[in-house]
Amino acid sequence: MSGEATSAGEPILSIERVAVHFGGVTAIADLTFDVRKGELLSLIGPNGAGKTTAFNVITGFLKPSQGVVRFKGRPLAGLKPNEIAALGLVRTFQRTNLFDKCSVFENVLIGLHRRANARLVGTLLGLPRERRLEQDLREKVWEILGLVGLSDQWRELGASLPYGNQRLLGVALALAADPEALLLDEPVSGMNASETGRFVELIRKLRSRGLTILLVEHDMPMVMGISDRIVVLNYGRIIANDKPEAIQKDPEVIRAYLGQGVRHA
Amino acid sequence: MKRLFPVAALAFFVLLPVWMRDQYYLNELIVTGIFIIAAMSLNLLLGYAGQLSLGHAAFFGIGAYVSALTSLGFTVTIFGFEVTHGPWPAFVGLLFGIIASGICGFLIGKLAFRVRGAYFVIVTISFAEVVRLVALNWVELTNGPLALSNIPPITLGFDWTGSITLWGKIGNYYLVLAFIALAYVVIEQLVKSPFGRAMIALRENETLALSVGVSVTKYLVLAAVVSGAIAGAAGSLYAHYILIIDPMIFMFLNTVTMVIMVIAGGKGTLAGPLVGGLVFGIAPVILRAYVRPEVQWILYGALMILIVYMLPDGIVPAIARWSGGVAEGKSGKTGS
Repeated sequence: MSGEATSAGEPILSIERVAVHFGGVTAIADLTFDVRKGELLSLIGPNGAGKTTAFNVITGFLKPSQGVVRFKGRPLAGLKPNEIAALGLVRTFQRTNLFDKCSVFENVLIGLHRRANARLVGTLLGLPRERRLEQDLREKVWEILGLVGLSDQWRELGASLPYGNQRLLGVALALAADPEALLLDEPVSGMNASETGRFVELIRKLRSRGLTILLVEHDMPMVMGISDRIVVLNYGRIIANDKPEAIQKDPEVIRAYLGQGVRHA
Repeated sequence: MKRLFPVAALAFFVLLPVWMRDQYYLNELIVTGIFIIAAMSLNLLLGYAGQLSLGHAAFFGIGAYVSALTSLGFTVTIFGFEVTHGPWPAFVGLLFGIIASGICGFLIGKLAFRVRGAYFVIVTISFAEVVRLVALNWVELTNGPLALSNIPPITLGFDWTGSITLWGKIGNYYLVLAFIALAYVVIEQLVKSPFGRAMIALRENETLALSVGVSVTKYLVLAAVVSGAIAGAAGSLYAHYILIIDPMIFMFLNTVTMVIMVIAGGKGTLAGPLVGGLVFGIAPVILRAYVRPEVQWILYGALMILIVYMLPDGIVPAIARWSGGVAEGKSGKTGS
């Protein structure tokens, strides 16, 4: 239902003719696609297809050799990653990335940085406005921990969590930054079936709140199950851009995934 | 509960001179206290923001010189113009010393945080050396190696309120104690706020901090400004207590003393520099009574190695672990 409602949304994130070369190696040849508001778009492709590179370009960790990324119509060229996050475009990382020595609670509290508009003088003097703000932030942490289901682990250190929970905490951190569009880089890789199931539930919850999601993932059943649209990359190029049902039947996609040997797929 | 220990410690040191009036010990405590303030400022940069400044004596020395010169007055010729400054009250000097070191912190931060890690360390060392050479060679202003002497002690109060001038040990003891308490509160407020959390985030994982919107330069520069300003306050207190300063104030050993206090006590903890400062401030006093100077230094070094070897995180985190309590800074459900 949500897929129907949102597929007509405006493009919130546009990748236009983006290319990335590392020396002589082409990571992304020529990439153009839009993510529409409220949509869940998956970016898939074999290893080395350039998915994570695309993420790094979109979030400002990597400068493209050419092309433009626009978020809400605004070109992101020259912006630092923190400035892009401040616009509401927030990512998670492929490898687990947490503030390891901080507790689960503190991790999310740090993640709330964007919403913490404390003033320096007020902070140093401990003024009521800043105290109230701090209280609000703490309540917000509980809300986010409740959403991802980590409330009971609030005092454990990030590094000591089981793997699946670490990934959840990574998402909680990104959610704390109050994204309009969330970029998830292989969020369920290495998760078992029940952890993945829990994660899919979380994504559905987020979507019901109107969050736009760009997902990179290898878990095909999951991708097919939750995506509105799928963009398939191979060797840095888009080979398909369609609804999940159409992608499953696309001969070129099947060739890319199953290899050269299968000619008559 | 957590408030109890700092308040008890403060009460102890407030009452200490009631029964300990020995001038020699008071002197040692005052100088130790001044270095503790400097160590606390270094801890903000090293322990919370994760940047090692090996030129911290520069902020200390700048605070001392600016404060001393403001209160002494000077005449210098710049580009053919003679600039004269008359003597101002010492507490104005203190204020200027704090501001000047804060500005230096800002400049160093802006300059050095484009590069981090080893490069930042090198920039700070160079900065301290440059400042030392200026203090040594700009004789017209600083008296060079002949030192600035007759620095007035700090006077509290105004003409219309009546005032006291802190010539003696007791007055300076309480002044330094008050500044330690003030610095503690300032740093505590800062590190438990979104500002401090941004610094900790950058220390722990810069990439991730960026991805949730933390600006690197903004918060590292803020840490450098506050750190520089507090170190400047310590330097100013030093100048108005010792009453004579020379370019030796910029020497590397002073920086090393601060670093040792922070590391031994526990970097990134509020109490770390206080505990480390007391241990390494008091240890020489105790050793001095029993052994010859050469042996003292050896024992001092052995103590340092022992602490770093046995308690790699420092004394305070080790105590926190032993006592089974939740380590400092771990705030949560009950935290306000």
